[in-house]
Amino acid sequence: MKGVRWSLWVLIAFFALIGLFALQLSRPKDDTVQSTMIGKTVPQFALPAATGQNPGLSSTDLADGKPHLLNVFASWCVPCAAEAPQLAKLQRAGAPLVGVAVRDQADDLTAFFKQYGNPFTRVGEDKVSKLQFLIGSSGVPETYVIDGRGVIRHQHIGMVRPEDIPDLMARLKEAQG
Amino acid sequence: MIAEFGLAALWLAAALAALQLVAAWLGQRQGGETLAMLVRPAAVTQALLCGFSFLMLLWVFARTDLSVMLVASDSSSEKPMIFKIAGAWGNHEGSMLLWVTIMALAGGLIALIEHRLPEKTMQATLGAQGFLGLGFYAFLLFASNPFTRLFPAPAEGNGMNPLLQDLGLAMHPPTLYCGYVGLSIAFSFAVGALLTRNVTPDFARVMRPWVMGAWIFLTIGITAGSYWAYYELGWGGWWFWDPVENASLMPWLAATALLHSASVLASRDALRTWTVMLGVVAFSMSMIGTFLVRSGILTSVHSFAVDPERGTFILVLLAINIGGALALFAARAGTIAEGERFSALSREGALVINNVALSAVLGIVLLGTLYPLVTEAFGVRVSVGPPYFNPVSAIFVFPMLLVLAVGPLLRWRRDSFARIRTPVIAVAAVGVVVLLAVWLISGIGFLQIFGVTLAAVVAVAAFLPLRGRSLKRLPLPVWGMCIAHFGIAVALFGMSVDSAFTVEKLTAADVGQTVDVGPWKVRLAAVEPVAGPNWTALSGRLLVSYKGGPAHELVPMSRTFWAPPQTTSESALLTRWNGQLYTVVGGGTTDGRWQLRLWWKPFVTCIWLGGFLIAFGGFLALIGRVAADVRRRVATRKIADRQAEVAALA
Repeated sequence: MKGVRWSLWVLIAFFALIGLFALQLSRPKDDTVQSTMIGKTVPQFALPAATGQNPGLSSTDLADGKPHLLNVFASWCVPCAAEAPQLAKLQRAGAPLVGVAVRDQADDLTAFFKQYGNPFTRVGEDKVSKLQFLIGSSGVPETYVIDGRGVIRHQHIGMVRPEDIPDLMARLKEAQG
Repeated sequence: MIAEFGLAALWLAAALAALQLVAAWLGQRQGGETLAMLVRPAAVTQALLCGFSFLMLLWVFARTDLSVMLVASDSSSEKPMIFKIAGAWGNHEGSMLLWVTIMALAGGLIALIEHRLPEKTMQATLGAQGFLGLGFYAFLLFASNPFTRLFPAPAEGNGMNPLLQDLGLAMHPPTLYCGYVGLSIAFSFAVGALLTRNVTPDFARVMRPWVMGAWIFLTIGITAGSYWAYYELGWGGWWFWDPVENASLMPWLAATALLHSASVLASRDALRTWTVMLGVVAFSMSMIGTFLVRSGILTSVHSFAVDPERGTFILVLLAINIGGALALFAARAGTIAEGERFSALSREGALVINNVALSAVLGIVLLGTLYPLVTEAFGVRVSVGPPYFNPVSAIFVFPMLLVLAVGPLLRWRRDSFARIRTPVIAVAAVGVVVLLAVWLISGIGFLQIFGVTLAAVVAVAAFLPLRGRSLKRLPLPVWGMCIAHFGIAVALFGMSVDSAFTVEKLTAADVGQTVDVGPWKVRLAAVEPVAGPNWTALSGRLLVSYKGGPAHELVPMSRTFWAPPQTTSESALLTRWNGQLYTVVGGGTTDGRWQLRLWWKPFVTCIWLGGFLIAFGGFLALIGRVAADVRRRVATRKIADRQAEVAALA
């Protein structure tokens, strides 16, 4: 009767699985993959400067008491070039922008900034998508609202369009209070 | 009328599956012999009807009959003929009909040719196959009818997902389905053997070619699917641990384990309970995979038309089929007699380790695939990826490969270490030398170092079983084993080297600019518009040269289809003996620069070469077994004829 006992466990596990499937099947499906880090503090990190123009970026820079917009981008990414005017507009409106260049090269970045402008006060170099992974970003471009204590308040997935600017400014203001 | 013929044939096939089940069930009783005689003919007729129904579906797709809803929603008159036909299974309903057709054909075939098992067991097996079939027919007829008419018929169809308009992909589902569904035969044999309390070496012998065949198809399907994803998706990766990829990997792992344990049962009459269990598990994994994919409860790059009602239907089928088989197993496992015993150091012992490791990897993949579902039930969203799957499965795969190197050298039942000392020391020496060499020369990660080392060990060890044997007289299955094991080494080498030495370059380049990637210089010579049969594209003309050698031209494209509207990137690859250059061109920036993604992937082709070698090894073994079986049948018939002659003379 030895065989029977473990096979009963298999049977029970199987029906637990069926129950789980049934539960999930009855729920509506949401397919956007939001970062699970929203509402949490950015883990400790220190990225070197991506180009000579700006200093690098570390977690202490984010927790300096003021909220920030953190833009995850790359020079090889076409939507990132397309959102440049919107980032410039945000900067003019007084939003403190910091950047993380993902899987990029210094020369390419310098050319990119020359072409599209550099709205950032700091730009960290993330050669192996380390920070991207830490903050739960699944692609470029993405823009995060981070409050003065370094807590992620909001994640904007994809390019910043002109109509997104008021929303981002409002969230930045909210993060201040 | 064609669609109606197809539908009618499908209903009739379903009726015959019901007859097959009832006749097999009642035929088991006293006095049911007449009824039992119906089982085999019913299975064969069901196969013919279902095959006919599938042909009708191919026909409406070939003619682009837009009054059939499925054709209107998934096809269009503006595409090459081959994709019109492939369109028949490039959608949910059609692919389910293909699934049922393969299942019916396999069932019909065993009804026609298989006479080695006791008739009662055979009928129970066919009854189980009829039961499985009936569930899927119900699913087709009530929830996924491929022949539904559309009135009024539209002037043009919606077209097929452009990613699917590719020859590799046209063949991908049929190949995988042959694998998934071929395992249903093993499932039915296991159920039949349990029902009639007849778990014998014969059961394993009868089941083995089916498992082998299904496993070969799965191996080819997974390998080809991986290559297709690699060049078609334009992401440069060959395996993403996507739920749908895992759904094909899990039955493959179970089938691999089953293949080896069935060998032990067939030749040594050991591992009875375990083999039956694996027979049930392998096809269960196919069904769970189908459910995960079709119900849409997991997020995946493979999208099917998702419908909760269909999900519920498959879930019920799943609960009945797998739950029933597991319950039967739980009830009968105690009655299966213990097989022959063996010592730990023996071929059986090595195969047990192989089975345990494969099952552990199966469990790891299953857990990783389902974990997001479990946490989601508690309101937390996670995704599980390579950082979990790679190292955790390596924990079991690496020791298993060490055993693989030694196992085939061992004798059945009992062996001594002294006998195999020389080859083991030789293999270990190879391992140590490669390990040190790779470690000292290259600065690569742990997993990759071990991967390369094990690849070398397995490659050498794969051919050790040939030592001291006459190569001419060596049976085909032994050749098959050696080649399949060597294929594993080749694939592992490719995986390790690719992940250790791939060079990636992402850039936005001006026309005329030269970009370096690894040993290559890539010049973006021009970007030109191109028009295809049902797409237009921007193609980048790249001139590439390896270490300053002669320039080759590569033309990656970014294609825009208009039915349905979608943009895909067509990568362009350049293959050398030592790797592949992979190029993708993306959209342009406003100032005339173009997004380029370039990868130099050393020895990446070994991954698929290894996969096909594994399948080829399986193919040789299958041919060998079937040929031996045919020879045996001919010989028995001759003896019987001879005896009849002698009796007549006397």
